[in-house]
Formats: sequence, structure tokens, C-alpha cells
Amino acid sequence: MSAEPAELSSGTTDVASPRWTPVSAAWRALRQAPPTAWFGLTVITIYLFFAVFAPLIAPYGEAEIVAGAYEPWGGDYLLGTDQLGRDLVSRLIYGARNTIGIAVMTTGLSFTIGGVLGLFAAILGGWSDQLLARAVDILMAIPQLIFALMLLSIFGSSMTNLILIIAVLDSTRVFRLTRAVAMNVVVLDFVEAARLQGEKLGWIMSREVLPNILPPLVAEFGLRFCFVFLTISALSFLGLGIQPPTADWGSMVRENATLINYGDVTPLLPAGAIALLTVAVNFVVDWFLHKTSGLKDER
Amino acid sequence: MSVSEHIDRAAPSPGPGARLLEIKALCIEGRSDDRWHQIVKGVGLTLRRGEVLGLIGESGAGKSTIGLAAMGYARPGCRITGGSILFDGIDLLKIDEAKRREIWGTRIAYVAQSAAASFNPAHKLIDQCVEASVGHHFAGEDEAKRTTVDLFRRLRLPDAEHIGYRYPHQVSGGQLQRAMTAMAMACRPDLIIFDEPTTALDVTTQIEVLAAIKDVVRQFHTAAIYISHDLAVVAQMADRVMVLRYGELVEEAPTREMLTNPQQPYTKSLWAVRSLRKEEESGQDKILRVDAVDAAYGVLKVLHGVSIQVPRGRTVAVVGESGSGKSTLARVITGLLPPAAGSIVFDGKPLPRGLKERDKKLLQRIQMIYQMPDTALNPRRRVRDILGRPLEHHLGLTGAARHGRILELLDMIELDERFLERFPSELSGGQKQRICIARALAINPELIICDEVTSALDQLVAEEILKLLLRLQKELGVSYLYITHDLATVKAIADEIVVMHQGRVVQSGSKSQVLTPPHHAYTELLLSSVPEMDPDWLDSLLARRGLAAAT
Repeated sequence: MSAEPAELSSGTTDVASPRWTPVSAAWRALRQAPPTAWFGLTVITIYLFFAVFAPLIAPYGEAEIVAGAYEPWGGDYLLGTDQLGRDLVSRLIYGARNTIGIAVMTTGLSFTIGGVLGLFAAILGGWSDQLLARAVDILMAIPQLIFALMLLSIFGSSMTNLILIIAVLDSTRVFRLTRAVAMNVVVLDFVEAARLQGEKLGWIMSREVLPNILPPLVAEFGLRFCFVFLTISALSFLGLGIQPPTADWGSMVRENATLINYGDVTPLLPAGAIALLTVAVNFVVDWFLHKTSGLKDER
Repeated sequence: MSVSEHIDRAAPSPGPGARLLEIKALCIEGRSDDRWHQIVKGVGLTLRRGEVLGLIGESGAGKSTIGLAAMGYARPGCRITGGSILFDGIDLLKIDEAKRREIWGTRIAYVAQSAAASFNPAHKLIDQCVEASVGHHFAGEDEAKRTTVDLFRRLRLPDAEHIGYRYPHQVSGGQLQRAMTAMAMACRPDLIIFDEPTTALDVTTQIEVLAAIKDVVRQFHTAAIYISHDLAVVAQMADRVMVLRYGELVEEAPTREMLTNPQQPYTKSLWAVRSLRKEEESGQDKILRVDAVDAAYGVLKVLHGVSIQVPRGRTVAVVGESGSGKSTLARVITGLLPPAAGSIVFDGKPLPRGLKERDKKLLQRIQMIYQMPDTALNPRRRVRDILGRPLEHHLGLTGAARHGRILELLDMIELDERFLERFPSELSGGQKQRICIARALAINPELIICDEVTSALDQLVAEEILKLLLRLQKELGVSYLYITHDLATVKAIADEIVVMHQGRVVQSGSKSQVLTPPHHAYTELLLSSVPEMDPDWLDSLLARRGLAAAT
């Protein structure tokens, strides 16, 4: 017991030492993280674990019909079975894989497209900016869901198409945001200094501008990430989203919705899973914002 | 009618000479790095009615904090931990917020440094000026407007009747600062706190604002606290001066006594700053020749046939007020703004017009140092990366060679290894500017363009930076094109001077030629507008100018 404070203090001197490495910085940041951030990180880690090892953890296959429809909780099937007699626990676990996978890929892709183009537009300015901004205006003028429906009916609703289409439509908003915040940074002297050094566009984008606009982008990431669930669920509801028998939480709510009428909470479980993930992601985003905004937006 | 009523009110029963403000053992703490630090350590002051007190000190001395505390206000992130603030017999720390608000605006007013940032851009000036009087039921709207127009006239704003109906962006910086003073005077307060009201202005504009403020304060017999880091300005305004450092009082004395006979070493060092001089040297070998250059932003022509020459290893100072085209000239030379006409020859070879046509080798030879070190350094990069990048990019240095050179550079600018891992936000203004200098020097340039590099810094820090620049020039033989509006800096650093006005060169030559009479009329105006350390300077200057205008 008595050794503990000594260890702690030696830890602090370590932190205060001038040597700085990314690992030590990350560790220090983690140790100072508030409980909400820890909660968020833990939840995300558990979700990821389930998503990655789904086939090993799930007791049954994703689309395997193992019993009659709507079996009650308990026994062989912990949470019962769904309308076709598939094990609900297995579907929830596979659902994590599909839902999170799609959401991460879609948001990631939309941020890559929107972010890169937004930075381009802000730094280059002039006609390339005009061209990109007006193209985005046109895309945004068409209601997103209807546009997505149209594209999905043209290209067919495969998983890849779904990701690509939602990502492209979402990226318009990311573009707007990136361009707007980058505009404020691009006019600062250090960007001009980099230009005078003959730095290439890629360097200016990635090293000079991007780190300075990261906070609003990360906040937007948390938000967009949740909206993607919504879009996918909406599309699934209309029959153009993720196609059965693939398990995803959005469709699982709909498929078992009737159970609510009989006082069964089963359909709320996938909804709860989405809600918990959303909260967790936003906790982590909040923490990140709090940490990074220390440079500028604190007051 | 109403005006005279208010004037009566400004000198109520106790009469002039009575104590208006008494601060005792004031302690204020500020929060940073999750800890409370003392920023004002037991400062006391007294102010009589109608007296103007000057607060002087470098940034971080606690001047503004004390100024705000005189209103019983602590900025967010600050708290008043001890002492008492007696305003006309009321302890401002003991009364509740509502009472304090009553006093703010009607009896104590505050004029901020940046009028441009303090006015709401979406409302007309006059509406903002009458807000306090109307809001505190001090006067009806029409009456308040009449009073404001009268104040505008007293502050010598042009077209006083109508200027109030403009928006803040439609008037100049100096006019805005005067409008803000009018706003503060609207309720005829007993006390006004001026927080560096002229720091952001040109010398020629500064004079107008100073004269107007001084006049109004005298007319209404208002007590004032005048905060500034510029001694010469405070000398014009204040009856008594307090010198502050690190939140403590260093010295206090009547202005004249303080100027002629400072007691403390710190005060003496402040006084000595303005005496930095450099022996001028001439040079025949010109590294840069700018010939009859025209430049324009779109259709707006900013430079008209500007020609300057920079001798190798020497300093040419470009002087002028804002809008004279100094910074545009820098942009033309660096290639950010291709000139519309004329030629630029660098080291015997014509310089390509645009940045894109210049190769890396050429970019390396011309470097730039900016006015605001805050925005010139990427806040997300550490000192190591800021200095390391040009070495890597231009000289191809990596690993140990790069590290060695960074340490060498830090040594050159009198910083050390401890700064390597710091972010710019962890540096003071002077240290940031040093890093900027090191970044420019990193790749052995031949010409450095310095754009007002000391104007955002305190006098003592600025002097250190100037000394550093001079030393580096001696050691490395680098040439400077030094852009500034401050003539004291020019005297300290220049070999040759170019005076610019409205995009034209009005006078150029060696320092002694330009600074000794006869001057060009504009040079004369600039020179005479630099405040001197003489309390009578402003009055006598205005008298002379008034005389000249009359004849």
C-alpha cells in the first residue's frame, strides 16, 4: 500500500521529463481522461471485439434457422428467436459487425472525399473552388433520401453500392464544413509562410491546415456516424437497404416490431445497441474536443 | 440644456480633489493549466476626481486586470481574492451584481483596446452609443442621441451630425476609437478606464485620438485610468504614473518627476529602450533592386511606380502608415502578388514575377518574418518540427544533422534545448518571434523581409528582438528589408530609409539624409507625430499645427 504513492510520483516525473513520445503522450492523455471517456472507450472496444470475432462468439450462424419463430427468452436461445426462428443473440452479434462496419466505412469514406475536396477548395480558391462548391450545391439541392433511393434502384442495392452512395451524399456536408473552417486557417500567416517555402499542396493540406481544423471535423464525425445508422435504417425500411438475410440492427428492429404489441422488449435490444454506441462515440468525441480545443476555443 | 445638467453632475458635492477610487491590497488570481496563479499581488492605488492615472508595464504585468478590477470586475478565468475596491465610498466587492451593473456604464465606463472588436458590426454607431444611457434610464432616446452628437463634435469626429448613422465598418479605426470614447462618456461617468486605446493605430491617427480624449476628459473633469505600454503616450495623458511588473507596483510618481528622475532600475530600463541607435553604413553592392513597380488588387491599384534598392548586408527600412502599400511591396517581392508593371532584380538576375515560377533554390534565398508571431507559427506543430521542416525541405538534412542544426539555431536566438518539444502556445510573444526569426534563418537566406516584426511586442521585448536582428546581421551578413510604422525602430535598425505614402515612395536615402531637415512634407508629419517623452509635447505640437493651419 505504502509503495503506491511513491510509484505515482515517479510516474509524474516521468511525464514531466522533456522526452516526448507519441506512446507516452497517449498514455498520459488516457490516464487523465474523464470517466465518460473511459465509458465510451470501453463500450466501443467491446463492440469492436464482438464485431471482429463474431463468428467465434456467436452460438449460431447469422442466417441459420434453429427453432420455431418467436421462441421466448431463456433455454438454448438466450434472447429467444426472431420471426423466422433465427437465434437473436447470434443476430445481434453479427449485426454489430455489419452495422458498425458499414457505418465506419461510410463515414470514413465520406470524410475522406468531403475533407480532401474541401481542403482543396479552400487552399486553391479561384475557379476550382467555384467548380467544387457549385457541384456540391447541386447535389445538396436534391433531397438526400430520394436521391439515395434513385441511385440504389439504378445501381442495385448491394453492400458496396450502399456504402458508396451514402458516403458520396454525406460527403457534401463534410465538404461544406471543411471548406468553411479551412478558409479561416488558410489566410493565416503560417500557411503563407509554407507557400513561400515552396511547400507542395499535399503538405499544406495535411500538415498546416488539417491539424488546425480537426476539432470541428471530429465533432462532425461523431454526428455523421450516428446519422448513417438512420439513413441505413430508413433505406432498409423501404426495402433498399441491407438485404436479408444479412443481420443489421436497423432491420432487426423492424422485423420484430410486432413483438412490442405483446409486451416483449426484444425489438428494443438492437435499438438499444445503436443508442449505446451512439452515446459512447459522442462521449469519446467530446473528450477529444475538450482536449484539443485547449489551444483556441477554450474561452 | 441636458448637457450642462450632466456637467453639473460630473462634479458633485465633494468637489474636485476628493478621493474617487481607492484600491487597497488588491489580489487577483488567474486560472491556467488547471491551477490558480496570482497575477496581481497586493496592488493599491488612489484616484482623485478629475485626475488621470497612467498604468505602465509590459504585457502580463496585470495592467488590464487592475483596470477591470477598478470596476469590480474580474475577467472569466480570473477571481479577486483579496483587498478592497472603494468607489466613491461604495465597496464594489461587497455589493451584489445588480448594483454593480447599475454603476457600470453610468458611473464607470471602459474603453477597450480594439474598438473594431468591441462594436457590434450589425448596429449603427449611435444606437450603440445611446444604449447605456437609455438602458439605465439616464436619458430618453432623443436626448441621448443629441448628447452623443454633441460628444462626437467635441471629439472632433467629421460630420458629427451624421457619422453616428454609419455602421462600424464604414468608419476608420481612429474614428471608431473616438466613437467608443463617446459611448463611454455618454452617461458622464465619474471614472473612465482606457485600456490601450491607441495601440492599434498609426502614429498620425494616434495624435488625433489622444488629443480628442485628452480634451474631453479635461472638459468634463472626468477621472481616468489610462493603461498603455507606451511611455510617451502615457506621458501626454496622465498626471501621475504607476509602473507595474509581474502584478506588483514598481514605482509611482507624478508624471514629470517619473520622466526626469526614475528611481527603480526596471523603470530606468523602460526609459532606455527608445535610445537604441545604430551607426549607419552604406553599401554599393545591391542585392535587391525594385524598379518602377506597379501592383494592384483587382482593379484597385496599390503601388505606383515604386523603386527601392537594398544593399547587401544592410538594412533598408520602409516607413509609412497603414494603407501606404508597405506590406503590398513585401508581397510583390516574395512573389505572392505578381507586379502589374516594372521589374525586380535579385542578386543581378531578374526575379520571376510569380511564386510558381520561382524554384526552390530561389525561394530559399528570400525569407520573411511576420508581424504577428501568433499567426505565423502553426499552433499544432512543435518547435522541433517548425524549425526542422525548412532544413529538411531545402537542405535535405535529416536525423542527427538536422537535430544539430536546430540546436545551433536555438542557440543563435538565445533559446535552448528545452524549447524543442513546445507548442507555440507554450511560448511568450517574444519567444515566438525568436522562433520565427530562427525559421527564416534556418536555410541561410540572403534577404529577409521583416514585416513590422516588433509592433506586436512590448518595448523591452522588442528591443531584445532588434538587438538580435542586428547581431545576426553582423554575424551572417544577411540583408533586411524592414517594414515598419514606428520611427523609433527605424532609428534603431536602419541604414537607409524609404518613406511611402499612398503607394508611392515620397522620400528615400540614407538614414541621416532622411531624418535631418529639410524633410518632405509627409516625412515631416510622420516624424512630428511620434510621441516624445515630454508631457507638454502633445499640447505644443497641436498648438504648432493649429498655428500652421491658421496661417
